[in-house]
Amino acid sequence: MNDAQPKIRLSNVHKAFGAKTVLNGVELDVNKGESVVIIGGSGSGKSVTLKCILGLLEADSGSIKVDGEEMANASAEDRERVNTKIGMLFQGAALFDSLSVWENVAFGLLAQKTVSRVEAKDIAIAKLAQVGLSAGVAELSPAELSGGMQKRVGLARAIAIEPDIIFFDEPTTGLDPIMADVINNLIVKTTREVGATALTITHDMVSARKIANRIAMLYQGKIIWFGPTEEIDQSNNPYVDQFIHGRAEGPIKMGLRA
Amino acid sequence: MNFLQPIGRVFLNFLAATGKLSMFTGSALLHCVRPPFYFRIIVHQMIEIGYYSLPVVGLTAIFTGMILALQSYTGFARFSAEGAIANVVVLSITRELGPVLAGLMIAGRIGAAMSAEIGTMRVTEQIDALTTLSTNPMKYLVAPRIMAGILMLPIVVLIADIIGVFGGYLIAVYKLGFNPANYLKNTWDFLEAMDVISGLVKASVFGFIVTLMGCYHGYNSKGGAQGVGTATTNAVVSASILILSMDYVLTELFFAGK
Repeated sequence: MNDAQPKIRLSNVHKAFGAKTVLNGVELDVNKGESVVIIGGSGSGKSVTLKCILGLLEADSGSIKVDGEEMANASAEDRERVNTKIGMLFQGAALFDSLSVWENVAFGLLAQKTVSRVEAKDIAIAKLAQVGLSAGVAELSPAELSGGMQKRVGLARAIAIEPDIIFFDEPTTGLDPIMADVINNLIVKTTREVGATALTITHDMVSARKIANRIAMLYQGKIIWFGPTEEIDQSNNPYVDQFIHGRAEGPIKMGLRA
Repeated sequence: MNFLQPIGRVFLNFLAATGKLSMFTGSALLHCVRPPFYFRIIVHQMIEIGYYSLPVVGLTAIFTGMILALQSYTGFARFSAEGAIANVVVLSITRELGPVLAGLMIAGRIGAAMSAEIGTMRVTEQIDALTTLSTNPMKYLVAPRIMAGILMLPIVVLIADIIGVFGGYLIAVYKLGFNPANYLKNTWDFLEAMDVISGLVKASVFGFIVTLMGCYHGYNSKGGAQGVGTATTNAVVSASILILSMDYVLTELFFAGK
């Protein structure tokens, strides 16, 4: 693979649900090894963008390339193959209730059938240690863990297969500020250790500033600003300014429904 | 002409739902015959569907056999045909009541549980997580359940047949004063292999229906807890209706004209 080629490239991606247009020509490049955060209000299309890249939703038109390989309309086999190099931390962790913690962490390894169950358990325990959880947690069921611990297990699962790319869906939502900072630190640490490219969606600016090399703002289905994290305060974009400072007044009007 | 609009809408929705169910069924069957197979999950589901359903199906069967003997006796005594009780009990149980009642009881127990479990996995993004972990949810969640249903229902029904006939025997011998040896002889003499085989084939079809409906409604549930509740209700209701209608079709195929 050419190093100059973006790890992920979205070109003119459109997605609508019925009459409602959610993505209206999204353009985004994520380079190898960098951490990009997409910010935007609720309903701006952040989750849909992520789901389109992962193949959980099909884009109506446009191009989605991962490592130069076209993923829009890819076959199920191609999608499965590409997903083997992708890790994902879901907003609610999405741990499998019916499996123990270590089985959750080792799920990707066991699915790829590259290691035995015994080896997979050892790797799972090592990954749990990497996110600050003891081996004693391994045999518990996800229901026995707190929200913060579930997020950590979800992170351990995302990095267990040592992916090239990791997606984070609202990683700090629903956590107290201290636990949110712990998760942010873990995201920075683990993505660096694995050497992965990271794409995160969030509306938590503290989190975005901490984990991003570059930030993109999505508004009304389009990327309206994309630049280095340190330049976001001088974006000269009224939409970005309003969002990052959390002001009710500004060009972004929140629809209030009775 | 406005009154035609809702009729048209209902018809189009019906066609869409039929198409969606047909696609789901085709995909599920394809995954049942194409490797890889998740033997650990298949065995787990077989135990869940077969072993854990035995108490409820057994109780249903024994009381059905007892009631059948009692009702037949009071009815047949009017024209001195009490001797036919053994035949009525064994034919009713093996051909009809064994498979149908077991199917309905398992629709309530297993169909509802499957729909709720898969529905919860859908709304908590666990099914999306499977996809990102390079695991096809149809192959991992749906195919093993359908295979287990098809394989286990005949075994459960065979046991229910024996228990049901025994229920009739208990009433006939200990309450109505029949000779035990004569009762058993009558039971055995009038029973043909086709009576049992037709019941077991029905059981297999009902096992397919129950698991398919449980998986289909759970897999397509949306909207949180309420959506899971609706999916569970739909799974049980649709499985029950399909069981009764397929029972007629299979009876017509096996016994019409004989």
